[in-house]
Amino acid sequence: MARAAIPGRLDWRVATVVDVRTETPRARTLTLDVPDWSAHKAGQHVDVRLVAEDGYQAQRSYSIASAPEESSVALTIERIDAAEVSPYLCDVLRVGDGLEVRGPIGGYFVWDVMQAGPLFLVAGGSGIVPLMAMLRHHARASEPTRAEAPVKLLYSARSWDDVIYREELERLADSPYVDVTIALTRDAPADWRGHRRRIDRAMLEETGWPASRTPRIFVCGPTPLVESAASLLVALGHDPVHVRTERFGPTG
Amino acid sequence: MQTEEMRLDGNAVAGSLLDVFAVDVTAALATCAGCGAERLVGALLEYGHGMGVVLRCPGCDAVMLRVVRAGGSVRVDASGVSLLAIPSD
Ligand SMILES: Cc1cc2nc3c(=O)[nH]c(=O)nc-3n(C[C@H](O)[C@H](O)[C@H](O)COP(=O)(O)OP(=O)(O)OC[C@H]3O[C@@H](n4cnc5c(N)ncnc54)[C@H](O)[C@@H]3O)c2cc1C
Ligand SMILES: [Zn+2]
Repeated sequence: MARAAIPGRLDWRVATVVDVRTETPRARTLTLDVPDWSAHKAGQHVDVRLVAEDGYQAQRSYSIASAPEESSVALTIERIDAAEVSPYLCDVLRVGDGLEVRGPIGGYFVWDVMQAGPLFLVAGGSGIVPLMAMLRHHARASEPTRAEAPVKLLYSARSWDDVIYREELERLADSPYVDVTIALTRDAPADWRGHRRRIDRAMLEETGWPASRTPRIFVCGPTPLVESAASLLVALGHDPVHVRTERFGPTG
Repeated sequence: MQTEEMRLDGNAVAGSLLDVFAVDVTAALATCAGCGAERLVGALLEYGHGMGVVLRCPGCDAVMLRVVRAGGSVRVDASGVSLLAIPSD
């Protein structure tokens, strides 16, 4: 078929897995070397395609975790048991293997540190991934630029062991321009003094910026969590235009 | 499972939209032909799931854009969009 009749199409490329890192018992990061990669924006994703020997194809989206300033592309995938794509990415792929990807994709759920002003990031589970790219991008900016774009993160995870990028988040939170709040919904360590419930109105009000500061807000995670947090934020007075969402789908 | 739990943002299908549009349209402003609401394409609601792309208006739930691959062609029904404003430099 006349390929030229379909302009703008993103080509699929075979990336090579150059590093694999276990983040939590259920999530791991794949670092990919993608040929002819054009620099991404923080918040973008790639599409991944798996093709079985019989020709059956499965395609999924995965957010980019690495900062635009990094040359390789990191994806962090949470394993969903007995599912199609995530167990392959989490358990089967090895360093040196190829993986078909296309990207970077998406011009809506993106943030650049030069867009000064307060930023509020709200994550549920693996929804932390694109927000981590934003935090890593922020961390690479100059001191005055960071000061112009102070960030608050509210991250809801099932348990302390399920907190992805835990040590890096603790390090990032040392910055005067980064505030990290973690809420655990199921199990918490005995000495846990943080939040122990799902994201609710009071938590968003307490951990985020007041609407009067007109923060940019990015909410990402399982669809039910994203929809509930986004409507609570609008009820708190935030302009819906400033509340951007990235729904990952069901919670399983 | 409820279909509400399955839905995504228009931004999630930006890769497939590039099969149709020459540039990324997720930051383009789309006016709903049904209710007149203006939303960024990335903020529309996506219900496609394998069959192709189906973008609905978050305001009135009308289908704004449908992209289906069938019989060697990509079929685009944009009758639910009365205006699409794509940012250009
Ligand atoms: C724009 C975008 C970015 C994404 N980025 C990431 C990312 O960075 N990391 C990541 O791990 N995932 C991400 N996802 C989710 C990812 O695309 C897949 O949906 C997820 O990996 C499940 O695919 P699967 O083939 O393993 O499961 P499937 O075989 O499709 O589903 C198996 C079972 O799990 C349920 N299920 C489907 N999706 C989820 C989910 N997200 N959580 C829990 N249960 C689910 C299904 O309902 C089904 O019952 C993103 C999704 C989108 C739209
Ligand atoms: Zn409408």
